[in-house]
Amino acid sequence: MKIAVCIKRVPDMDLRFAIGAGGKALDPVGLKFDIADFDGYAVEAGLRLVESHGSGEVVVVSIGPTAVQETLRKALGMGAHRAIHLDAAEVPFDGMSIATALAAELKEGGYDLVLFGRMATDSANQTVGPMAAHLMGLPCVTAISKLDIANGRGTAERQLEGATETMEFPMPAVVTIDEGLGRPRLPSLKGIMAAKKKPLEVKPAQLGAANLTVDVIAFPPDRPPGRIIGEGADAVPELIRLLQTEAKVL
Amino acid sequence: MANAFVGVDFYDVDSLLSEEERAVRDTVRAWVEEHLMPIIGDAYIEGEFPKQLIPGMADLGFFGANLPEEYGCAGLNNVSYGLIMQELERGDSGIRSFASVQGALVMYPIFAFGSEEQKKHWLPRLASGEEIGCFGLTEPDYGSNPGGMITTAKETTDGWLLNGAKMWITNGSQATVSIIWAKTGAIDDTKSIRGFIVPASTKGYTAKDQKGKLSLRASDTSEIVLQDCLVPKDAILPKSGGIKSPLMCLTQARYGIAWGGIGAAMACYDEALSYSKERIMFGKPIGQTQLQQSRLAEMLTEITKAQLLTLQLGRLKDRGTMTPDQVSLAKRNNINMACEAAREARRLLGANGILAEYHSMRHMANLESVYTYEGTHDMHTLILGQAVTGLPAF
Repeated sequence: MKIAVCIKRVPDMDLRFAIGAGGKALDPVGLKFDIADFDGYAVEAGLRLVESHGSGEVVVVSIGPTAVQETLRKALGMGAHRAIHLDAAEVPFDGMSIATALAAELKEGGYDLVLFGRMATDSANQTVGPMAAHLMGLPCVTAISKLDIANGRGTAERQLEGATETMEFPMPAVVTIDEGLGRPRLPSLKGIMAAKKKPLEVKPAQLGAANLTVDVIAFPPDRPPGRIIGEGADAVPELIRLLQTEAKVL
Repeated sequence: MANAFVGVDFYDVDSLLSEEERAVRDTVRAWVEEHLMPIIGDAYIEGEFPKQLIPGMADLGFFGANLPEEYGCAGLNNVSYGLIMQELERGDSGIRSFASVQGALVMYPIFAFGSEEQKKHWLPRLASGEEIGCFGLTEPDYGSNPGGMITTAKETTDGWLLNGAKMWITNGSQATVSIIWAKTGAIDDTKSIRGFIVPASTKGYTAKDQKGKLSLRASDTSEIVLQDCLVPKDAILPKSGGIKSPLMCLTQARYGIAWGGIGAAMACYDEALSYSKERIMFGKPIGQTQLQQSRLAEMLTEITKAQLLTLQLGRLKDRGTMTPDQVSLAKRNNINMACEAAREARRLLGANGILAEYHSMRHMANLESVYTYEGTHDMHTLILGQAVTGLPAF
């Protein structure tokens, strides 16, 4: 089984971050980067599929500047077999531009499955997977939480509001991964050493036209501070009055 | 609960690390966060080493990680190895001690002084956690003066007959194999000290927990008794010879301990910093008061100095020029620094600081052991004194 996993290098959004001077991007100072959360789950899913089938390879693909090679090597450290770096000075915001470059690389690659995280944790567009599937003419199942492959067909589960949807699809196919398939493994220390010797191919990214650009990024306005209106039973009438007249929840 | 630990890096020390070194550090840091932090408080209070963690540590390659791949190890450089110890001790000194003993005090002597057969047999089993090791050097009356040991090994037609007692042995009760140091000649002949690989199943070998510890509670510390304990002739480490051999092992372990001290100090500083911003007293965060800022500034300064000092020590070790005296300086400085940081962090935390829910007091208690073991702070002072004057004072 031959599986491609498309991964994105993103800032760790759990850390404190600031908006850069131009207001269109994050301030890069102090940011730490890693594989986007759901893309990590996609790498894990790819590795488990190949392990359970006893043979095959997992190829990790990423677009961006040279720094993405560190992210690719992390996936190689987890156990991916080889990596492709599609070189681009920056990653466009427009999903179609990215999908065009990925489809150009993956279309003739002979992959049984192309996996994505269900969304990148920085841009949160959820578009690249389905767009790449469309450009390659492949079926696409999004945000799956379970995946089985047998006899050249895939079965996937999606968690809906209060229900589980089971889908069947022919291969090859594009699948975007939610969390349910298993936590991404840590790269072992031997894996980190082995990653240095695994193939990492660099090619220019054939990005499509970028028609979308970020106009401005802004933090949500601060919540107004809380107010203490009094203590004990004496405060209740005023509290009710404010809930009725100001908060308008009663 | 606090946010995930992201380290302390005021001087961009990360930029002095290679990608591989950072990757190793990140793996261990993530493992500690996910597997160790949720359970360490309870393990400490229960006084139990969390054995369930051993397979995960072995799978990721934490044991003997700087030994070669041909023996089932990760083949990392010494800076990476140090970063493993730093991150493990960020969690708990007892867990770092476990890994230090397995790697630096059991696997290292087999690697350095063992036959090829011994290396091929033992090292992969120790790396995989299938075998757990301990290091029997210290005796009830011989701690800072190990050359005075009275454990003996007499050669007989059937093998080596060991007699004696060892004390303060980390991992002793759970070890399946022990590296025992014993005199093969006259009792005052330190040159006759040799190492032996002694399976814990050997008749006449017994280990029992030392009870009542108020420090390193999540670590086994044991007494080992060897009573007519007969091991085969090939149990001796053929290239071991004299007190220098176990001291070489201690240099390896002390190197890792110097890194570990940074981890414990970072944990305490991180906890104190976070608490100082959340704890409101007199209508403002205590981090807005000069006294607490003084504590934090002191901790940050000492951690940063230790990071740079220890990274250079690692580079010297990777270059092959590191001296035992340089290791003494780092162990002495870093553990003393960590003791101070833990104590100040605990004080900053006020009454909450005595709870196991917070980490600083656990580190504070652990570090009192680390201050004393692997060469007491005072012994390292004297080693440095001898190094610069040429005059031994002990």
